[in-house]
Amino acid sequence: MKTMLTVFLKEVRENIRDRRTVLNTLLTGPLLAPLMFVLLINGIVARELDKAEKPLPVPVIGAEHAPQLVEALKQMGVDIKEPPADPELAVREQEVDLVLRIPASYAQAWRKGEPAQVELIHDQSQREAGSSVSRLRGMLESYGERTALMRIVARGLSPNVTRPLVIANRDQSTAQARGGMMFAMLPYFFILGAFIGGMALAIDTTAGERERQSLEPLFANPVPRSQLLLGKLGATSAFSLTALMLSIVAFSISGQFLPTGKLGMSLSIGLDFAVVTMLVMLPLVVLVAALQTLAAAFAKSFREAQTYLSLLMFVPAVPSLLMSVFPVKTQTWMYAVPLMGQQVAITRLLRGDPVASNELLLCFAASTVAALVICFITARVYRSERLAISA
Amino acid sequence: MIELKDLHKAFGAVKAVDGVSFTARDGEITGLLGPNGAGKTTTLRMLYTLMKPDRGQVLVDGIDAAIDPLAVRRRLGVLPDARGLYKRLTSRENIDYFGRLQGMTQAAIDARRHALVEALDMGEIIDRRTEGFSQGQRVKTAIARALIHDPRNCILDEPTNGLDVMATRAMREFPRRLRDEGRCVLFSSHIMQEVAALCDRIVVIAHGHVVANATPDELRAQAGSDNLEDAFVKIIGSAEGLAA
Repeated sequence: MKTMLTVFLKEVRENIRDRRTVLNTLLTGPLLAPLMFVLLINGIVARELDKAEKPLPVPVIGAEHAPQLVEALKQMGVDIKEPPADPELAVREQEVDLVLRIPASYAQAWRKGEPAQVELIHDQSQREAGSSVSRLRGMLESYGERTALMRIVARGLSPNVTRPLVIANRDQSTAQARGGMMFAMLPYFFILGAFIGGMALAIDTTAGERERQSLEPLFANPVPRSQLLLGKLGATSAFSLTALMLSIVAFSISGQFLPTGKLGMSLSIGLDFAVVTMLVMLPLVVLVAALQTLAAAFAKSFREAQTYLSLLMFVPAVPSLLMSVFPVKTQTWMYAVPLMGQQVAITRLLRGDPVASNELLLCFAASTVAALVICFITARVYRSERLAISA
Repeated sequence: MIELKDLHKAFGAVKAVDGVSFTARDGEITGLLGPNGAGKTTTLRMLYTLMKPDRGQVLVDGIDAAIDPLAVRRRLGVLPDARGLYKRLTSRENIDYFGRLQGMTQAAIDARRHALVEALDMGEIIDRRTEGFSQGQRVKTAIARALIHDPRNCILDEPTNGLDVMATRAMREFPRRLRDEGRCVLFSSHIMQEVAALCDRIVVIAHGHVVANATPDELRAQAGSDNLEDAFVKIIGSAEGLAA
């Protein structure tokens, strides 16, 4: 125990003195992601809200064929523009979001009471233009409906004839759940924060120590290697936990600056969230530290260790990707899979959904077992003769 | 006292150490001389239990290294071939770290470090970070760190490697001091002059074998030469990998 503490304190002290390690693991890692996140979300939201309120500019071809329609559109907030010479090309080249074309046959069809056609030229793959297109489509449809009603009333029929079915939307998602959907990437950021936080120390305490030729003298001391390893794992986990904590704090602060209210959402990144998240992440942090140390122990050099550990960073993305490609209902067994368990639990916590205490316990216990297994394997590798000897 | 009995160690097909036996007594400097690649470092690594011998036995003060490696390491002060320091720690912090790993109290560490700083003349560097140390300053810190627990047996693997002339001279004084304190000093080198000048007993290793084990006088008589360096070359069969 005393040996572990000695090693732990020495590793922490040594690495705190390394400005680059501190900067990367405790500043850039945990703070950059929340910052980027806030900027990004803010940007998207601001633009969407902007578009909804501003007049919608629409280039119209053949406005003279349908003066009533054009007038109605103007009243609904459309800013009629001169059409481009080649509308299809202009849309493809993203010069304009959309073009409305009113063919010459429109006026005739309208007068006869036949379906009059207008063309909406747009590019479905341009997500940017999506909201403009749906806004214009809505306006056109409501104009159509209005006209239909007037015609029916003029023929002495009840307007209800055309409405055999009415759909009422009863959205069951809570405000927090809507926020959570937007924040589906957040658990990944937290888990990634833990990876980045431990990386520098895992490399420094094993591959780095060997490369600097200090591992051999260290092993000449009368202490079992497993205790040296535990001290080193402790220091790596401590850095990783600190990074995670900073990352949670940063997200909870930056969450205040998100226009979640405007979108009718709320996020719960409060103290409760922080405590439960730290709890489910704790065994994962140890697991990650052990995995990183194991990978670093296999590497022949510092550089090789860095390569292995960078590759290891892709691992936590796997459950996130799988769940976005195959969106399945949260099931109990998922909590038993390290990484996935944390991902599921944090996602639910963010959405304000309850996570049963036995599910939290399952997540904690399963990750603890996995962490112990990896620690045990790493200890075995640490006992090998090759480990200490720098080529 | 250090006793090595018929040590063998192979790496794949290469027999690095192939039947090495010798004894290093208390109050003596035992020199381990051999060309680079003769198996000196591997022998010492088995001695301080970094490696397990394929065959043979290591006894330190009568304790079998295979049975109680921790007790053996407690009785050894080891300056290995690899002597990396923690460059973001000061010389003092480097030394104290090893003292704590030896299980010493802070008071005992302070007392012993004080004596070592005196003996190795490192008062000026003790509170400096070791980054940017000269080779000599590094070796001094590494030796102080290795001997912080006042071990009975001192193993110095090529302590003068990479040192300049002045530092080398100082470093040759230090083993004598350890011997005069009654310790068992095992000193490895590929420099003939150094071994000839320092050692009470010389063990010559070549190709993983012990080819001679005697006092300097006996070696001279054995080779029929007044010059110890000539005697070494004669015994080993070539001067390759040695330095005068």
